[in-house]
Amino acid sequence: MVDLGSIIGLALGLVASGDTELYAIILLSLRVTLTAVLIGCLIGLPLGAALAVLRFPGRGAAVAVLNSFMGLPPVVVGLVVYLMLSRSGPLGVLGLLYTPTAMIVAQAILVTPLIAALARQSIADLHGEYDELFRSLRLGPARQIATLLWDGRYSLTTAALAGFGRAIAEVGAVIIVGGNIEHVTRVMTTTIALETSKGDLPLALALGMILVAISIGVNAMVLSLNRTAQRLAHA
Amino acid sequence: MLDALDQGRQGGGTRARVGRPPMFPVEAQGITVRSDGRLLLDDVSLALTHGPRTVVMGPNGAGKSLLLRVLHGLVAPDAGTVNFAGRAADAAVVRRQAMVFQKPTLLRRSARANIKYVLGGLDRAARTAAADSILAAARLSHVADSPARRLSGGEQQRLAIARALALDPDILLLDEPCANLDPASTLAVEEMIDSARDGGAKIVLVTHDIGQARRLADDVVFLSGGRLAEHTPADRFFAAPCSAAAADFLAGRIHIPGGHDRR
Ligand SMILES: Nc1ncnc2c1ncn2[C@@H]1O[C@H](COP(=O)(O)OP(=O)(O)OP(=O)(O)O)[C@@H](O)[C@H]1O
Ligand SMILES: [Mg+2]
Repeated sequence: MVDLGSIIGLALGLVASGDTELYAIILLSLRVTLTAVLIGCLIGLPLGAALAVLRFPGRGAAVAVLNSFMGLPPVVVGLVVYLMLSRSGPLGVLGLLYTPTAMIVAQAILVTPLIAALARQSIADLHGEYDELFRSLRLGPARQIATLLWDGRYSLTTAALAGFGRAIAEVGAVIIVGGNIEHVTRVMTTTIALETSKGDLPLALALGMILVAISIGVNAMVLSLNRTAQRLAHA
Repeated sequence: MLDALDQGRQGGGTRARVGRPPMFPVEAQGITVRSDGRLLLDDVSLALTHGPRTVVMGPNGAGKSLLLRVLHGLVAPDAGTVNFAGRAADAAVVRRQAMVFQKPTLLRRSARANIKYVLGGLDRAARTAAADSILAAARLSHVADSPARRLSGGEQQRLAIARALALDPDILLLDEPCANLDPASTLAVEEMIDSARDGGAKIVLVTHDIGQARRLADDVVFLSGGRLAEHTPADRFFAAPCSAAAADFLAGRIHIPGGHDRR
């Protein structure tokens, strides 16, 4: 049993020395998750706004499905994406399995419902407030949605950050579709899982500390966004 | 302000409203609105002509805001019709009305952006210029870049009216625009209403302020308990109202329908 103090020392050393392997893993994590969140926003924000504004048959059911997809288990998403991308799967010809692209796809599927559901809620609240003005000005749905997305930008950014927080910390989906291949698809969470079981605790702990720092940073951003929104009376 | 708007829109400088189909008189016929078995508006019929400023008065809950919503096409009556120059409202007629709500909704944007939001059909620079002259006329230039919802109550109310005026409406519906305003802000709002009227807009104003009604009204619509108590020229209304409800209201007596009157 190695003693904890020296593990922490080695981990801090790794972080401080700018270890290339460590930073390659961090960068890949950020690239995969930020891309997935970007895709999640491009799909999820208009989707959430449309569900908040448009009235159509089956809307209630669509909202219920969306809300229940907020908490999709990452391993199940990973499994489904694996089945789609595996050589015998419908998208097998693309050869995407065990690539960062596959991880992006899996995480995008994971965060899109979360972002859409959070966006729908805050847009619906805002729509309740703006509805009379919209109707007085006789605005069409496209202009309404554009207005709500812009005026709801602070709470929507919070929704995007929630998606980021969920994706950066998940391990189940990326490990199944990425395969945790060294220098190719190893991200922070999969590396922590692997290195802990292999016994390379300093690397695992260094990544763990970075991960916690990122999540603290995300929360700090949420707080400061809320404060800015309050100050501008945009909340 | 209206001049600036006209330049921006390349409309006729005299606001001759060429090419606009007629929309007066506005005739409400037998307007009835029910909710949960309650009659909120009960067979209200009235005709509004272009020139005179119409002031709508009546106790709380009389149906004043509801009547404005029906005229504006936001609430479909359970019975009755609203016609503009003898025809039902179409999209063109509806776009030529603007309403300032009792609780105005300001966008979560700067004061200037709130004005620009309703200015269509211009390039960006022209919209900014038009918005700035509208803000100047509303004496809001100093807060043009402030978040609209950070303005004082009076400034917010003036911004909401300025935004409605920016639509260059033929009918301007105002629901208690001066509630909670101090005398100076009230005066500023009344000046804006005057300039809208001078620009050719029909004014329909709800107020509880008898002084304001005396200053602004050319004719008075008095509602009580969802019914039209009277629709009278202002001088006659203030001298000798026809209805008991209006007489009580003007005398400061509280009229409780079906109950005992208190003096
Ligand atoms: N959408 C609605 N659904 C149900 N009831 C309504 C609706 N709008 C208004 N009412 C009711 O209709 C009545 C008249 O409301 P309205 O807002 O028109 O009154 P008002 O004359 O404007 O009063 P105030 O002076 O307090 O503004 C009230 O009893 C109100 O509860
Ligand atoms: Mg009212």
